[in-house]
Amino acid sequence: MTFQDILLMRHELLLSVLMLLILIIDLMLKGESRKSLIPVSLTLFLGVVIIGFLPASEGSIFGGMYKTNGTTLLMKNILNIATLIVFLQSAAWLKKEENNQKLAEFFILILSTLIGMNLMISSGDFLMFYIGLETATIPLAALAAYTHHQTKSAEAGIKLILSSALSSGILLYGISMIYGTTGSVYFTEVAAKWSNEPLNIMAFIFFFSGMAFKISLVPFHLWTADVYEGAPVNVTSYLSVVSKGSAAFVLMTVLYTVFPAMVEHWQTVLYVIAVLTMTIGNLFALRQKNMKRFLAFSSIAQAGFILLGIIGASQLGMTTTIFFVLTYVFTNLAAFGVVSAISNETGKENMDDYNGLYQTNPKLSLLLMLALFSLAGIPPVAGFFGKFFLFASAASQSFYWLVFIAVVNATISLYYYLLPVKAIFINKNENPIPSFKSDVYTRTGLIIAALGTLLIGLLSISYEYIASLSYGLQ
Amino acid sequence: MDILSWFVAIPVLTVMAILFAKDLKQTRIISAIGMSAQLGLTTWLVYAYLAERAAGNAAAWLFKYDVTWFTSLNIHYTVGVDGISVAMIALTSVVIFAGVFASWRTDYLPREFFISLILLSSGVFGFFISLDLFTMFLFYEIAVIPMYLLIGIWGTGPKEYSAMKLTLMLMGGSALIMVGLLGVYFNSAPAGQQLTFNLNEIAANGIPVVAQQFFFPMLFLGFGVLGALFPFHTWSPDGHASAPTAVSMLHAGVLMKLGGYGAFRVAIYLMPEAAQDQAWIFIILTSVSVVYGAFGAVVQKDLKYINAYSSVSHCGLVLFAILMMNQTALNGAILQMISHGLMTALFFALIGMIYGRTHTRMINEMGGLMKVLPFLGVAYVIAGLASLGLPGLSGFVAEMTIFVGAYQHTDLFHRFVTIMATTSIVVTAVYILRVVGVLLFGPIRDEHHLHLTDATWWERLSTVTLITAIAAVGIFPLWLSDMINFSLRPIVERIVAAL
Repeated sequence: MTFQDILLMRHELLLSVLMLLILIIDLMLKGESRKSLIPVSLTLFLGVVIIGFLPASEGSIFGGMYKTNGTTLLMKNILNIATLIVFLQSAAWLKKEENNQKLAEFFILILSTLIGMNLMISSGDFLMFYIGLETATIPLAALAAYTHHQTKSAEAGIKLILSSALSSGILLYGISMIYGTTGSVYFTEVAAKWSNEPLNIMAFIFFFSGMAFKISLVPFHLWTADVYEGAPVNVTSYLSVVSKGSAAFVLMTVLYTVFPAMVEHWQTVLYVIAVLTMTIGNLFALRQKNMKRFLAFSSIAQAGFILLGIIGASQLGMTTTIFFVLTYVFTNLAAFGVVSAISNETGKENMDDYNGLYQTNPKLSLLLMLALFSLAGIPPVAGFFGKFFLFASAASQSFYWLVFIAVVNATISLYYYLLPVKAIFINKNENPIPSFKSDVYTRTGLIIAALGTLLIGLLSISYEYIASLSYGLQ
Repeated sequence: MDILSWFVAIPVLTVMAILFAKDLKQTRIISAIGMSAQLGLTTWLVYAYLAERAAGNAAAWLFKYDVTWFTSLNIHYTVGVDGISVAMIALTSVVIFAGVFASWRTDYLPREFFISLILLSSGVFGFFISLDLFTMFLFYEIAVIPMYLLIGIWGTGPKEYSAMKLTLMLMGGSALIMVGLLGVYFNSAPAGQQLTFNLNEIAANGIPVVAQQFFFPMLFLGFGVLGALFPFHTWSPDGHASAPTAVSMLHAGVLMKLGGYGAFRVAIYLMPEAAQDQAWIFIILTSVSVVYGAFGAVVQKDLKYINAYSSVSHCGLVLFAILMMNQTALNGAILQMISHGLMTALFFALIGMIYGRTHTRMINEMGGLMKVLPFLGVAYVIAGLASLGLPGLSGFVAEMTIFVGAYQHTDLFHRFVTIMATTSIVVTAVYILRVVGVLLFGPIRDEHHLHLTDATWWERLSTVTLITAIAAVGIFPLWLSDMINFSLRPIVERIVAAL
């Protein structure tokens, strides 16, 4: 193995180095000076994000266990940007006195999950895939329990670790059956030897169920709302954007590269699960009063929409899925950014608390409205394009009824996305949340998210770039 | 930049300028300047369009401009106008111009109000100039969504309920449109060839009839919701009654026309075979709209509800005429859109002005207003007469043309529905004359009303603009219908060929 080969793992290596650096810097900082860890880590991570965009060679190492190409780089870069925004939005919260002792942990835990996700995206066989998955999952539980003195947060951590242990078990069982039926764990060999025997189908079902836990698809979604509500806001936004986005990427990659032989079968599965996920996610979101729970259920419904892209099973399907995740990253982080800014400043998280927000905080209000409109798929913001193209992907396979159900769900979702808008602009409030000014990190994070939400759809360049890197069934 | 894109750019620039305005005064001056520029540009467009036609330019679409947007999906930003869209653009410019002056005294959050209002109009203009279905749909949704805030924040009565109902029903309609458009897109070219959203290319390629039978009802219903097609009209009375004046004007005057225009331009034009097959279902529904809306207006006591139900009836007539699918009726449909747009905008403007003075919209609480508010009273009578179809005003030309067109179908079914729809003329006369009688003539019911002051200059400007336009359409209808007819001919040929 040459040095050039090792450089293929650029993203993972840089992140590992960064992790270690933060650990060492943390050792040298004491007391109040600890807070300087925030700008230092952010700057270093910004460097990593930028290096990620430099041109890179393609190839595979470790005998095909790890492979990289334009698509994987693209996915990793999207996750990097999302994580950067999460970091920026977390700064105000991390600065609080209670977090002083465990600043480094936040960065290290998130970075290690990011490494796991990158490995998962680049994996060329099921072992690497599983290692990546576990690396991406276990630190999340620690993150969810980050404010462990709060019962809810600790509970969220336990719930997350238990349910992901269960799902990992199911997934591993699926993988073992895949190995049993095909005699290999390499993606290419499994794909070549795949036949649609009952045992194969069962193996696939187990594998899919495990993945469904990670993306919180119905009926494997029950952990989501409690974990999202209990975890600190910024961890929730990381879970619902980066973690979910990466799982969607991986599910799509595996379906397209390992299971093309049973495309009709998994399309049927996705069809049913998509309908269930959209509908049930929506129905629960309708009644939520807590903004975090509200966004959690809305993100379940959004996961259902993502399946409409994957079901396309073509180059169009992959393009629209990646594009949707990109729009979703900016949009959802804009929404979570506002919720976290308000929560950090005032500790308020209920929808009623937002009544009359426009009077006191017009900029945050407008940004939240923009984000909610984007989630609902209203033009000219990014969400409209993302959703329209996703539906186009499903329609390209003539799943018109699925598209119909999806658009009906989109209309239902508009109702609950309008509720916060109503609270902010229409409802009267005697003492609304007072006017406040967020710190520079939060504002930068919000501005990046807002610009992304506004521009990604209107400027077709991002879509065309993704399209140029996407591939269909292999 | 090409000339047509300015129709979207001017509202957007106006909105940006308003962002820097400090108070109501600056806001409304900027809005007035922006919308006057828009009206000026429209005048120029009409003139340039007629000049091109007079010079013998027989191309279906003029002032075309095309930029590729999403290359891999073949989505373009394509604009162009024919006689029909020029007429609709003129209508929109007049109504939004009058609307800005009608809301001259919006004192609660004025900047936000004018921004939403003008943003909405940019969506409408964009819709009428688009030739690419994706862009058209995008503008359509931009036109619908600011409605929620406009009604929810500045409305009256049960405004939150009405705003939510209106938004959800219209977005439900646009959900159907989205499925329909995707269906059209994926059937827009023979297998293996480049799919397209371009209206003309789709029409040239033709959509397989099997696909048409599935997607035509979706598109027609989807646009029909916005055109107040029975039984999906229920958003209209509540929405219009709760909306602030300018929004009612724009919504009933222009936005509901988006439904008719889309049903005609997209659903029927692209899928004529299915339209011929399924027209009877929708003809029944629209006849119900026409008659039911008229009777609904008779029993209402709130001025806005009366006018909202009357809009259901008149817009039903638009869809009814479109479904007759012959040259005369279609011409009538377009004329009716223009005529109803102007007249209903005038109605809502006047109702808003009267409500601003009397603080009630109940007709049984008012009376004899002609004596104290002569200007508004006369204007109201003119609007009423236009609405019931008095010759010399726009309503007569439009309805006459529609019924003549409908009567050209000789079979029993068409005869029957035509006669049913014609009865609405009588009912219209009943509710218009009743309101005029009670509201304007007779004794003054409330002594407070004795001290009311007549229209201010901005109200006069708003009203006179609309009345002039109504009279212009009524007195010189041929000028307008020639423009429409020229562009209708190829479309009608295509629809008739599908029979």
